[in-house]
Amino acid sequence: MSATVPSPQSGERSRLAALVDWIDARFPMTRMWKEHASEYYAPKNFNFWYYFGVLASVVLVLQIVTGIFLTMNYKPSAADAFASVEYIMRDVEWGWLIRYMHSTGASAFFIVVYLHMFRGLMYGSFKNPRELVWIFGMLIYLCLMAEAFFGYLLPWGNMSYWGAQVIVSLFGAIPGIGESLVEWIRGDYYISDITLNRFFALHVVALPIALIFLVIAHILALHEVGSNNPDGVEIKKVKGPDGHPVDGIPFHPYYTVHDTVAVVVFFALFAAVMFFAPTMGGYFLEHANFEPADPLRTPEHIAPVWYFTPFYAILRAVPSKLFGVVLMGVAVLAFFFVPWLDRSRVKSIRYRGWLYRGFLIAFAISFLALGYLGLKPATPAYTNAARVFSVVYFAFFFLMPWYTKADQTKPVPERVTYHAH
Amino acid sequence: MRTDKKKRIVAGGLRLVLALSALVAGAAVASEAPGGVIKPAHNDITNIASLQRGARNFVNYCMGCHSARYVRYSRLGEDLGLSEQQVIENLMFTGERIHDTMRTSMRPEDAARWFGTPPPDLTLIARSRGTDYIYSFLKSFYLDPSRPNGVNNMVLPGTAMPHVLWEREGLKEAVYGGESDAQHNVVHKRFKEFRVVRPGSDTAKEFDEFVRDTVNFLDYIGEPMQLERRSIGLRVLAFLLVFFLFAYFLKKEYWKDVK
Repeated sequence: MSATVPSPQSGERSRLAALVDWIDARFPMTRMWKEHASEYYAPKNFNFWYYFGVLASVVLVLQIVTGIFLTMNYKPSAADAFASVEYIMRDVEWGWLIRYMHSTGASAFFIVVYLHMFRGLMYGSFKNPRELVWIFGMLIYLCLMAEAFFGYLLPWGNMSYWGAQVIVSLFGAIPGIGESLVEWIRGDYYISDITLNRFFALHVVALPIALIFLVIAHILALHEVGSNNPDGVEIKKVKGPDGHPVDGIPFHPYYTVHDTVAVVVFFALFAAVMFFAPTMGGYFLEHANFEPADPLRTPEHIAPVWYFTPFYAILRAVPSKLFGVVLMGVAVLAFFFVPWLDRSRVKSIRYRGWLYRGFLIAFAISFLALGYLGLKPATPAYTNAARVFSVVYFAFFFLMPWYTKADQTKPVPERVTYHAH
Repeated sequence: MRTDKKKRIVAGGLRLVLALSALVAGAAVASEAPGGVIKPAHNDITNIASLQRGARNFVNYCMGCHSARYVRYSRLGEDLGLSEQQVIENLMFTGERIHDTMRTSMRPEDAARWFGTPPPDLTLIARSRGTDYIYSFLKSFYLDPSRPNGVNNMVLPGTAMPHVLWEREGLKEAVYGGESDAQHNVVHKRFKEFRVVRPGSDTAKEFDEFVRDTVNFLDYIGEPMQLERRSIGLRVLAFLLVFFLFAYFLKKEYWKDVK
């Protein structure tokens, strides 16, 4: 056989294969690729709601890359920060585009993450065996909120300044240690250059690292147990002769090509905002933030950016500051307990009864309504409305053990529902 | 003195909020809103001639007190279709260099002593307050002997700014109407209209155009890349549409096998 002369092409291939072998002997490249892409079997019946996990990862990458380029020109000091942002907007080549990508990306991140979380609640993606997937996801959400909060101070606009002032002062409500805690966070007696510097460190170093690790943990945990699907059926229960789930398809190439379409559509919507309405009428970039931070002059109306307003509305709905802060904290932390609050034997909303559906719809409406009310000035009528919606919001969590148990569920099929398209 | 002023600014702000909410509630209500009514500026950022006139107005009337400290003369020339020579001859008066930014010669300490507060930088005023606000503000000065400058402003009552454009616009006074409730005992003093007391060098239409050009210029300097971003945006969307078709049919092709 030694007489056979290998064609140049196969020679090329064998050299590449040899390289892959060389790497595989030292690093699990091929094994990882198979485990997480080419032989990761995902249910074939994913619907619209299953795009948002991928989109969230895309936005994470976008934020990190644009963030790196912003950092090259941004100056984290009270004297220069505002001017350096305008420098980026005017004098840095394509600086305006990078900045708008980053600012639009911040809001886009929350939009896709909220939809991703809602998907989890609809299809029971938090239930056994995916509790840790859910917990890691919630930790990502917490980090994301912190990341957004710290980042919002950096442009050093007047809304940045007073927003940070209001949020940081919330810790002052804690009895005893409150005031010293606030001082410790700020590093000063007021929001100052020192605060800006530490927020910068947290925004560009600490939290991105935490986010990346948590996202990896989230995906590893998911790939360990396998993805849920709109039917809430465990596809691993029915396996074919090849040992792969009958209702599963390899993530690559099926879902890579599938999700590419979604990413393109998402980019189109993103570009529409970024190029034609980058401030989104004052919701993505607030008008008052085009004035530099002024410790002596508050903006006419201080409201956090839209993605925090549901919690802000809950805070304002409570007359006592301490109790308001506690309730706001509970509103976020309640999500962590959902896997154990839910007593239903059924995962997906498709096979649950009207009780869970009703509570979930009421919860979604309350969340949106609170978000709207948090943007508005706290008039008595609005505050009362916020109280009603807060009660509904918490009822969703606290009554969950009872209504999920009492709910009339339908029998879950053995196989997923899928119509070839 | 200062707290008094602060109060008035707060009152002005409240009135502005009222006016704005009335605008939201409906145009019919807006025309009856109390105090400074915000009228639409209708400026056109694509009108280069208007931007050039606005630049002229800005350096002649605003820059005595206000800076636009993030705006470079050189960039202005490029965007407004003016040569370096034209910019130097028409827009630069105090020996700046072409790559300098637009800074007023007034020292902030002097300004604070003369006006009580240093005049704000105007680079981003159109982004923070909006073009309609500036347009309405510049047209809402009226005689008020109780003010140090002899004028007050319907949009920002108690403003420290004198009526810089009075020679062009002339001087107006505010006419108020009264309104009583069903019992004829509560009378609201409500602003009705302005009446010209002394005409200026401009006709009403000329002055309106003057203000609109100036506002247009402020809109442009607030976000100088806004024309560029729209045209790039259209090309990006066109590219994504083509990409979408490829991605969609690729997906179709692969998913044929999934039964």
